[in-house]
Amino acid sequence: MAKLYIANKRSKKKKLKRMTKGWAFVYIFMIALVAFTSMPLIYVISTAFKPMDELFVFPPRFFVRRPTIQNFTDLLISLGSATVPFTRYLFNSLFTVTVTVFITVVISSLGAFALVKYKLPGGKLIFSIILAALMFSHHVTQIPNYMVVNSLGIINTYVVLIIPKLAVAYNFFLMKQFIEQFPNELLESGRMDGAKEWGLFWKVVMPSLKPAWSTLVVLSFVSNWNDYFTPLVFTTSEAMKTLPYALNTISSGKAVARVGATSAAVFIITVPTIIIFTAMQSQVMETMVYSGIKA
Amino acid sequence: MNNVVETINEQKVTIKASLGFGKKFKAFWGKYGIGYLFLSPYLILFTIFIIIPVVVAIGTSFTNYNMLQRPKWLGISNYRLLFTDDDIFLIALQNTAIFALISGPAGYIMSFFAAWVINQLKFKKVFALAFYAPSITSGVAMTVVWMWFFASDRYGMINNVLINLGIINEPVLWNLDPATILPVVIFISVWMSMGTGFLVFLAGLQSISRELYEAASIDGIKNKVQELWMITLPLMKPQLLFGAINSIVASIGVFDITKSVAGMPSPNYAAHTIVAHLYDYAFLRFQMGYSSAIAVVLFSITFILGRVCMRIFSSKDIY
Repeated sequence: MAKLYIANKRSKKKKLKRMTKGWAFVYIFMIALVAFTSMPLIYVISTAFKPMDELFVFPPRFFVRRPTIQNFTDLLISLGSATVPFTRYLFNSLFTVTVTVFITVVISSLGAFALVKYKLPGGKLIFSIILAALMFSHHVTQIPNYMVVNSLGIINTYVVLIIPKLAVAYNFFLMKQFIEQFPNELLESGRMDGAKEWGLFWKVVMPSLKPAWSTLVVLSFVSNWNDYFTPLVFTTSEAMKTLPYALNTISSGKAVARVGATSAAVFIITVPTIIIFTAMQSQVMETMVYSGIKA
Repeated sequence: MNNVVETINEQKVTIKASLGFGKKFKAFWGKYGIGYLFLSPYLILFTIFIIIPVVVAIGTSFTNYNMLQRPKWLGISNYRLLFTDDDIFLIALQNTAIFALISGPAGYIMSFFAAWVINQLKFKKVFALAFYAPSITSGVAMTVVWMWFFASDRYGMINNVLINLGIINEPVLWNLDPATILPVVIFISVWMSMGTGFLVFLAGLQSISRELYEAASIDGIKNKVQELWMITLPLMKPQLLFGAINSIVASIGVFDITKSVAGMPSPNYAAHTIVAHLYDYAFLRFQMGYSSAIAVVLFSITFILGRVCMRIFSSKDIY
């Protein structure tokens, strides 16, 4: 008995050793992979703070040696003498993205709540259309939208950078998946307490769906912040451009001073999404499982 | 929830059933009105900006319309022109197909395996963040960064390394040489799109309970691969489907990376994609009929592929 136990223990130990060796390899491989995937981002951070001489040093260097904020002041001040100051692009992006995210989260939640909890006649059909719309690439709707926007004369306005992006199929879909988990008993007891439906939605449903809609806030912020096609199509004036579109203009300038300013601009575009995602990561990862489509 | 409301309403309905249409409507409205009201903001915007445009695009694709004169009916001649006479469209179609066939599956499979491996590691969150971060960054911004690496002079990091290693003798014109443009675009997009399905996959993997695996090992499942094939994948069908649809829509609709890498038009149309062609005809030449036909082709391709995926990843057999 004792012998057997020892033998067993030994084989386990052996196994453990082999396992750790295997795992060490996996860890090294994954660290290499992750180092590769995040390399350009590290380079962005490093380059944005490089002084002029380091930007043009040969052979090119990956990391910054003497960090400076010169590039950012260049971006804000010297480019400011151009037609439109950089802060204007920043404002355009922040403003349109904030409004878009806020409205899309509210109308998607409200709509999904109504569809699920009132068992609306026709609801199934509506949902299956929305599900199908997950497969619509937004380039398809852009042409008719452009014709409408053009005939209404609202091109180059904030309205047109916001409204077409509110009814996103994915947002509705995600909220619907969540609201299905929401217990009916809570609604009932709310009604017993005399809450009206509107109040019920804001005071009972939304607070307990916070993980869901905060995930939606993150994802929707990311996709709108990075959206390039909408401003490309719907704006022609420099003053209405948002950051990604403006970056295209800034980076295409061949002037030497532009490299520094461009790297600062790339930094400004890239960092907010990463910060927001990092801050909300646990929440997002918990809720993403509901993104699965049962077809 | 509605038990109370429903019984009251049902009584109302039965009482009023005989009282004609107006009353019936009132009963119906009393029960569902608030629901439709809540749904309406989304539904109206969805109809105006998604459903109607798709229908209009299909209609416009059969006409000649330049936004100044009234549209003229052409029948299917836009489509005939597209597939028989428009050589540049055929190049675009081919580029998009090559791009999608490589970058779609590559990004998809890599992101699944990364999720699968990372889920079994310590410091899961750090690995996940580092792997996912590229896909939440702006495509345009990241192309700028990659173009610093791919720069065609000696300052380009990649040329520099390759020359030092003696692999090449003179700098490669990565974004100017038609032969290398598409590979560069594919490389950058795979790098960016690996994260798209990753989060959903990781979340799905985390949601599978340990007991299932334990039960399976008692039932005779021996190794990780068997475990992956027989338990994990079938249970992850909903997440796999979501990831697949996402990657199809993204890879067929590729445009911003190609435009940022090679400009528009790209040298020899080497990075010309369906969306680039659409953009060209719609918003530079304002030939709305012809560009709508391109849009409909794009739409059909994504939609059909999406449907195929829904078949493949159907969850019906497990629930």
